[in-house]
Amino acid sequence: MQPRLKIGVLFSRVRVEEKWIFGAMEKRGIDYERLDDRAIHFDLDKPDVWQQYDAVLERSISYNNGLYALRLLNSFGVPTVNTAAVAEVCGDKLMTSAALARAGVPQPHNATAFTPEAALEAIEAFGYPVVLKPVVGSWGRLLAKVNDRDAAEAVLEHKSTLGSVQHSVFYIQEYIDKPGRDIRAIVIGDRVLTAMYRKSEHWITNTARGGSGELCPITPEIEDLCLRATQAVGGGVLAVDLVEHPEKGLVVNEINHTMEFHTMQPVSGIDIAGEIVEYTVSAARMKTEG
Amino acid sequence: MSTVTCPECEAEITLDAGTEAGEIIVCSDCGVDLEVTSVDPAAVQLAPMEQEDWGE
Repeated sequence: MQPRLKIGVLFSRVRVEEKWIFGAMEKRGIDYERLDDRAIHFDLDKPDVWQQYDAVLERSISYNNGLYALRLLNSFGVPTVNTAAVAEVCGDKLMTSAALARAGVPQPHNATAFTPEAALEAIEAFGYPVVLKPVVGSWGRLLAKVNDRDAAEAVLEHKSTLGSVQHSVFYIQEYIDKPGRDIRAIVIGDRVLTAMYRKSEHWITNTARGGSGELCPITPEIEDLCLRATQAVGGGVLAVDLVEHPEKGLVVNEINHTMEFHTMQPVSGIDIAGEIVEYTVSAARMKTEG
Repeated sequence: MSTVTCPECEAEITLDAGTEAGEIIVCSDCGVDLEVTSVDPAAVQLAPMEQEDWGE
C-alpha cells in the first residue's frame, strides 16, 4: 500500500485557479494544507516543520515570496512544483532569454544594457519600434512600445529615475508585428496539454489586459517548440507564450511558472487544475519512493 | 446567506455560496477590490495594492 502523502499549496490569493486546485485535491482525497505566503515563516533551525510535506505546489502571486520559499523548501529537501531553479529562470525575462538562447530555441531578438546611454545605443542598433520590458513583472504591465528616439530617451530616463534599481536592467526586444494574437500552451512534464490563441486589437495580447481566448490546435511544430522551451528552463508545470513572427515563424516569447488558466481551462475543456495536482502528487511519490 | 459591509463605501455585499477565505471580490457599489478574510463569520478588508513582482 502506498503511504499517504501530504501536500502543501503555497498561495497568496484564492483566485479561481486556486479554487480549482483545492477542489482537485479534495476530489482525489489528498491530504493537503493551504499555506498563505503572508502568514508563514521559515525557521532555519526547524526544517522538520516543512519536511512533513512530501511536496509543495507553489502558487504565490508574488514572485519574490514564491522564489524564496522555493529556495528554502528545496534546501530542506522538500520537492516543489516548480523547483526554485525553474522559478529563477522563468520569473526573470532575461534569464529566460539566456536559457532559450543557450538551448537554441527561437525567440525574439533581444538585448540588455545597464545604463540609459548604453540602452539607447542598443535600441538605435535595433531600429524602431522596439519594446522595453521589465525583467520581472507580469500581466503585460510596464511594457513600452518605443516608436522613435524621442520616446526611447523619455522612457529610459523615466525608468532610471522613477523605477527601482531593477528597472535599470534595460531589456530590449524587437517589436513583432504579429497577427493580432499570440499562442499560450500549457506544458506539464513532457506533455503539451493544450494551446490557446490570445486575441486582442492591442499589441499586448495578454488576457490579463483584455485579450480573448480561442482554442489553438497543437501542431507538431508547436509541440516541439514548447517541449524544447520547457526543457531549456528545467521543465515542470509551465505556460509557454509563442508569437508568430512574420519572418522567423513561431518564436518563444516567455514562459510562466505559476500560470493562470482561468481562460484556458474552460476554452480547452481540459482539467488543467487536476493535471497540476496529479503532477504534484507524482513529484511527492518520487520523494517517498526514493 | 453571509453579508458584509464594504469598508470603503459601506454598501452591503452578499457573499456568493462557495466563497472562500483569501478570495478577492469586487464591491458592486464602489468597485473596490476586497479580500475575504473569513467566511464564518463573514469578513472582508480592502485588498492589498498590486505589487511590482505580482503575476504568473
